[in-house]
Amino acid sequence: MEKLYGKDLARKAYKVRLSAVEAVHRAASGHPGGSLSCADALTALYFNEMNVDPANPKWEDRDRFVLSKGHCAPALYAVLAMRGFFPVEDLQKLRSIDAHLSGHPDMKYIPGVDMSTGSLGQGLSTAVGMALSAKHQGKSYRTYAICGDGEVAEGQIWEAVMSAAKWNLDNLCAFIDVNGLQIDGTTKDVMPTEPLDKKFEAFNWHVIKIDGHDFAQILDALAEARKTKGKPTAILMTTVKGKGVSFMENQAGWHGKAPNAEEFAIAKAELEAKIKELEEN
Amino acid sequence: MAGKIATRAAYGKALVDLAEKYPELVVLDADLAQATQTKLFAAACPARFFDCGIAENNMMGIAAGMSTCGLKPFTNTFAMFAAGRSYEQIRNSIAYPHLNVKVVGSHGGISVGEDGATHQCTEDLALMRQIPGMMVVCPCDGNEMTQAVEALLNYEGPAYLRLARSATEIFTDELEGYRFELGKGVTVADGSAVTIIATGIMVAMARKARELLAAEGISVRVIDMHTIKPLDTELVLKAARETGAVVTSEEASVLGGLGGAVAEYLAENCPVPVVRHGVNDTFGRSGTAAAVLEHFGLTPEALADKCRRAVAMKP
Repeated sequence: MEKLYGKDLARKAYKVRLSAVEAVHRAASGHPGGSLSCADALTALYFNEMNVDPANPKWEDRDRFVLSKGHCAPALYAVLAMRGFFPVEDLQKLRSIDAHLSGHPDMKYIPGVDMSTGSLGQGLSTAVGMALSAKHQGKSYRTYAICGDGEVAEGQIWEAVMSAAKWNLDNLCAFIDVNGLQIDGTTKDVMPTEPLDKKFEAFNWHVIKIDGHDFAQILDALAEARKTKGKPTAILMTTVKGKGVSFMENQAGWHGKAPNAEEFAIAKAELEAKIKELEEN
Repeated sequence: MAGKIATRAAYGKALVDLAEKYPELVVLDADLAQATQTKLFAAACPARFFDCGIAENNMMGIAAGMSTCGLKPFTNTFAMFAAGRSYEQIRNSIAYPHLNVKVVGSHGGISVGEDGATHQCTEDLALMRQIPGMMVVCPCDGNEMTQAVEALLNYEGPAYLRLARSATEIFTDELEGYRFELGKGVTVADGSAVTIIATGIMVAMARKARELLAAEGISVRVIDMHTIKPLDTELVLKAARETGAVVTSEEASVLGGLGGAVAEYLAENCPVPVVRHGVNDTFGRSGTAAAVLEHFGLTPEALADKCRRAVAMKP
């Protein structure tokens, strides 16, 4: 696959958003808010950064990815389907009893999913295990993860963060999707997790702060992470929950709610307009 | 007979002995390498030993991730902090994706002794048995433990292995025709009036109870059920049909473990009297291992009483 850059990445990410929102709408359940906030990072990973082979999803030297905030599966599934791991039509059967796309990522049945996740706080530990295995086996693949800024209230995240530093896992890079919102409201009100930069630095990680919707910044951060030796990298990306759908943006209420037909029509029109705009300019 | 050894010590030695034959074997511990005996492996193969510190949940996740990369991780901590604290990590990160991780719970049951109730896990067998696709193994002596470790290295999938703290007599090496196979119970001694189906350190006590009852003319069959899940239902059914009464015995809660498994199966397939011997829905307490076992009635004498009761209930 030819790597995508700039506007091509942005357009792909909006297509991912449209697929994710449509799938959640059809399923009448799912998590659009966080899927939209991490869609750019996911798109950058799978269409630029990561070395994967959709024809051989279990290729042992592939780069690994763990969606620690597993409820954002709609975005991950859209990216995997568009990258060629399974048919794009399957996305319309999200959460359906007769399909393989469960509510949260399931590595047993979904090609391209490297770890089953969904119970918050657990994914990053498994990513540490993958990165540690690479070091142990002398392999050069890298491991990526995306965690939520609400998710990092889980104590296990900090156990994982500590251990990644202990083993100098410079082959591990974790995005923290800092959209500032979680189910019960703002992270500030529910459980303040900031200052995340100081926390990760204190735990001996390399920290990069970026705008999570700016592809130049995302790719630069990934390149910096690759060059960083001796410690893992945390990319703290400021994002907008619900990014790209006006009425979902910055609304905690759209964390885990599906748009109805009328709402989906508006969302679709807005996202298609974005895609068109990126095609024309 | 090769004397006495704790199953945890036999386990620690087995890891070292098998290290060369199984290069994918990696061992994780959570700051209990002295107690769990993984210190032996750490000394022999330092590059394959990962101390995760006092953070069991993270250890389970790391093991899950490692198993997806072709390694064969064994995680180690006390039964309480494996099956107890990390129940959900084992369920969701290891068992749900059916990963090849062996979760080892040392110091299982009440014979931990002096540390008391916070460290005496009586629920582990029931908790682990609840998880779909999880194998649950509790060897009865050092010889069986050694064989179980190699069998688990050759088994592809999640499993829980329970180790005991205290030294107990080795006897399976002298049993005629003894052969260890995961999921297959072992008939340790034959009998006709009642069958004791025991696991872990209770198998040796079952042999003593059998001797006590022989003096009264009660013929007792003893089965070593080292694998609690999947249960050897064929052997259980045969025992129920041939002896007409069953007593289960485990160093664990009578709720949901071996006793639960046998009672559930027999209630639906061959309803004979089933009496469960174990810890009666209560927390443990401090004391020497022997004193604690005595206090909670985990003795050959108390087990013999359960057998008398089962025989009396026969129609």
